[in-house]
Amino acid sequence: MSRNFSAFAIICFVFAGFTAGLIRPADAALFHPKTHDLANGMQVVVIEDHRAPVIAHMVWYKVGAADEPPGKSGIAHFLEHLMFKGTPTVPSGEFSKIVARNGGRDNAFTSYDYTGYFQNVAQDKLELVMRMEADRMVNLELTEKDIKTERDVVLEERRSRTDNDPAAQMREAMNAALYLGHPYGIPVIGWNHEIEALNHRDALAFYRRYYAPNNAILVVAGDVKAEAVFTLAEKYFGPLQRADTPPRVRPQEPPHRAARRIAFNDARVSQASWQRKYLAPTRTAGDSKHAIPLSLFADMLGGGTTSRLYRELVVKQKLAAGAGAYYNSTGLDLGGFMLYATPSPGVKLADLEEAMDKVVAEVLKDGFAEKDLERSRTGLLAAAIYARDNMFTSPRIFGDALTSGLTVEEVETWTDRVREVTMAHVMAAGRSVVNIRSSVTGLLLPEGEAGK
Amino acid sequence: MIRIPYLKILCLTFAFMLPLSAQATKVQEVRSPGGITAWLVSEPKIPLLSVSFSFLGGGSLDLPERKGTGNMVSGLLDEGAGPYNSLAFQTKLEELAVRMSFSAGRDSFSGSLRTLTTNRDAAFELLRLALNEPHFEAEAVERIRRQILTGLIAARENPNAIAGRLWFKTAFADHPYGLPNKGSTETVKAITADDMRGFLGKALARDRLTIGVVGDITAAELGPLLDRTFGALPASTDIETPAQVSMQGGGTLKVVEKPIPQSQVIFGSMGLARSDPDWYAAYVLNYVLGGGGFTSRLTEEVREKRGLAYSVYSYLYPMDYTAIYMGGVGTQNTRVAEALAVIKAEIARTRDNGLTAEELANAKTYLNGSFPLRLTASGRIARLLLAIQRENLGIDYMDRRAGLINAVTLEDIARVAKRLLQPDNLLVVVVGKPDGLMGDKADKK
Repeated sequence: MSRNFSAFAIICFVFAGFTAGLIRPADAALFHPKTHDLANGMQVVVIEDHRAPVIAHMVWYKVGAADEPPGKSGIAHFLEHLMFKGTPTVPSGEFSKIVARNGGRDNAFTSYDYTGYFQNVAQDKLELVMRMEADRMVNLELTEKDIKTERDVVLEERRSRTDNDPAAQMREAMNAALYLGHPYGIPVIGWNHEIEALNHRDALAFYRRYYAPNNAILVVAGDVKAEAVFTLAEKYFGPLQRADTPPRVRPQEPPHRAARRIAFNDARVSQASWQRKYLAPTRTAGDSKHAIPLSLFADMLGGGTTSRLYRELVVKQKLAAGAGAYYNSTGLDLGGFMLYATPSPGVKLADLEEAMDKVVAEVLKDGFAEKDLERSRTGLLAAAIYARDNMFTSPRIFGDALTSGLTVEEVETWTDRVREVTMAHVMAAGRSVVNIRSSVTGLLLPEGEAGK
Repeated sequence: MIRIPYLKILCLTFAFMLPLSAQATKVQEVRSPGGITAWLVSEPKIPLLSVSFSFLGGGSLDLPERKGTGNMVSGLLDEGAGPYNSLAFQTKLEELAVRMSFSAGRDSFSGSLRTLTTNRDAAFELLRLALNEPHFEAEAVERIRRQILTGLIAARENPNAIAGRLWFKTAFADHPYGLPNKGSTETVKAITADDMRGFLGKALARDRLTIGVVGDITAAELGPLLDRTFGALPASTDIETPAQVSMQGGGTLKVVEKPIPQSQVIFGSMGLARSDPDWYAAYVLNYVLGGGGFTSRLTEEVREKRGLAYSVYSYLYPMDYTAIYMGGVGTQNTRVAEALAVIKAEIARTRDNGLTAEELANAKTYLNGSFPLRLTASGRIARLLLAIQRENLGIDYMDRRAGLINAVTLEDIARVAKRLLQPDNLLVVVVGKPDGLMGDKADKK
């Protein structure tokens, strides 16, 4: 249901990449947003789209799970849930009901780098939802009962997402092993024992510290004029006071020297699988010139059924039922470049891993064909056009990018950057990221089964 | 997260529209020169096109000992067709940035196509090849079989999948609805290329074809493309349709013991056909009881007041040969009995007392007001066009939908509540290690 933390998954396919031929440089800009800054530091972004008489109204806070105090994991996500409780003018539990009574849908999500709230409503309800969103930015009231009940809800959410699912526990363990110091190693939803201890004081302290106009971005997309949004934003968000929000300085990763390996056997696993995650730059972290070329590298290596990994491991050698690579170029700090494979019935993970390593080594040595690069580029550029088709996709792209250190301009010119990538860029990016010392390899196995 | 599958069902099931001010509602019926009908919303603002189509009769056409044939076909149509082998076909799709997919549901075999306007003709040609000249090359057949098998093996220990399989098996036994649509490892291993050709020969017939198109194309441009793509399919084929069936096992509780901290619960009873005169009353009633996300009575009682679950929900699920009313919840093992008691009590209260006038009014406002939110992407609108046609609701349905919902009275609600809500006659499946719950027939796997 909502109040979830899965938004990043939605964004990455869009930013997978773009190409020559499909869009001419003249109309390369993607969404043509209009922007305005309030005096209190709040940024406003509007994407006009008049195809249906509806809007998406979103407020993104530049705070996420990676900004939590030590020992308080889960507080960003817990607070996201608590934001649906009350204020002096909106009784507890009424926020979503008011939106629904006005024909709208609302929800929220938490990731490592951001927390977002949205209402999808008819265009004539914009003022109503903006007034309520501005109200809860500064006037949240929480009772002890709210805290206790909602904490139980979050613990059930954790059971649903993670504790009931060995594959999710594997991902949790892999992140914890990959990051030596950075909080990306801690799950967004939090560790169970730390969630259990979160209290009223923790929630309000986090709220007062980070929920303020200078730490928030308003994104509105749909059937509305930008000027009308700016006027309403001045009226409702304009009067709100800045907070003394601390800079986003997180513990950074030390040099990685030792490759890590995890094997997780569990009675609830019926199908084995293999994954590896390498520490990787993003468009704003590490050696960021590699980020967009890495999107193309990931696509050619393992992005679909014509990719090298699929052709080799699945079609030719038949060792795997599925295999691929995955990379998301957006993120405030160092992210991950993933390889994954599911063995065919009867195939040992050790044999699969050996074949995987061999394919990757060959690619790094011999490269790809130029036509492969053009095909990947076409796919990425087309994804950007398809992204324009859904009225509620563009606000997510901007929110994700702007809370991760990118600018509006960088979103709009992404297609140009994709067009400029050469094979030399792609191979340099691939060679820089594939380093076993800065990686974790994970083997998920049925009880009693060895990987070898 | 759990609501995603549920929303999908809603989209396919109740797909009607409010009057929309703008172009989004201008649905045209396009009849091709060759006599193929499609509904079209022409929208030139974005240079792309979405097509959705389906043929009545999906997984229910599978032979029981080859269950999963339709599903396997859906994975193979784009794996080599016409002059292209598998790799060439996939490469072509990528070079043209064409998205093509197929799926076999319980009652229909469906597909979708998305393309940029510039590649429109080539995209339809690839679709024509996939539907008319698929190869079923041995390499591709074995590869897709491996993928389906590993998926089935992975689902063996998935608590939600276990609960769903047992629920449908108990409710529908040997009827096609009682078997998993993707088959079992045994049936999937047995499927041959000839089985798949046989399935296609039965399943793809023009008299059971429905098409929805949204995007940058005119009616005059679409007609000839329809003929070229679908025109060579047989006009009709002989198929055996399944019998109408009633759900069995009402009033029983089944527990499957699994070592997980949170029990997954699915419950259900008989529902209403989409064509039932009380459909709209049931639709409004379910929104208030368990369909309305944060605002539903079940969410209020189970989640907001007691913190018993992250997600609790219910939905109407009309199929072509039966209709059921389903719900679910996930709760830690020590509190499953409490959660089930709360849910049953709320269903009983709603059955006995109906809704308040305020709840009814709020539900109408939401159900009508939120309708345009479904019209925000061409693919979604194309699927809605498909569903309206499949349920024979008429091309003016979007204009009439609000009226049909607004006509529901408290008396209608009271009547349908007595008929639909059966708290003592639910078939309940629990997967986990629930405290204090004894299954009527414990299935230990």
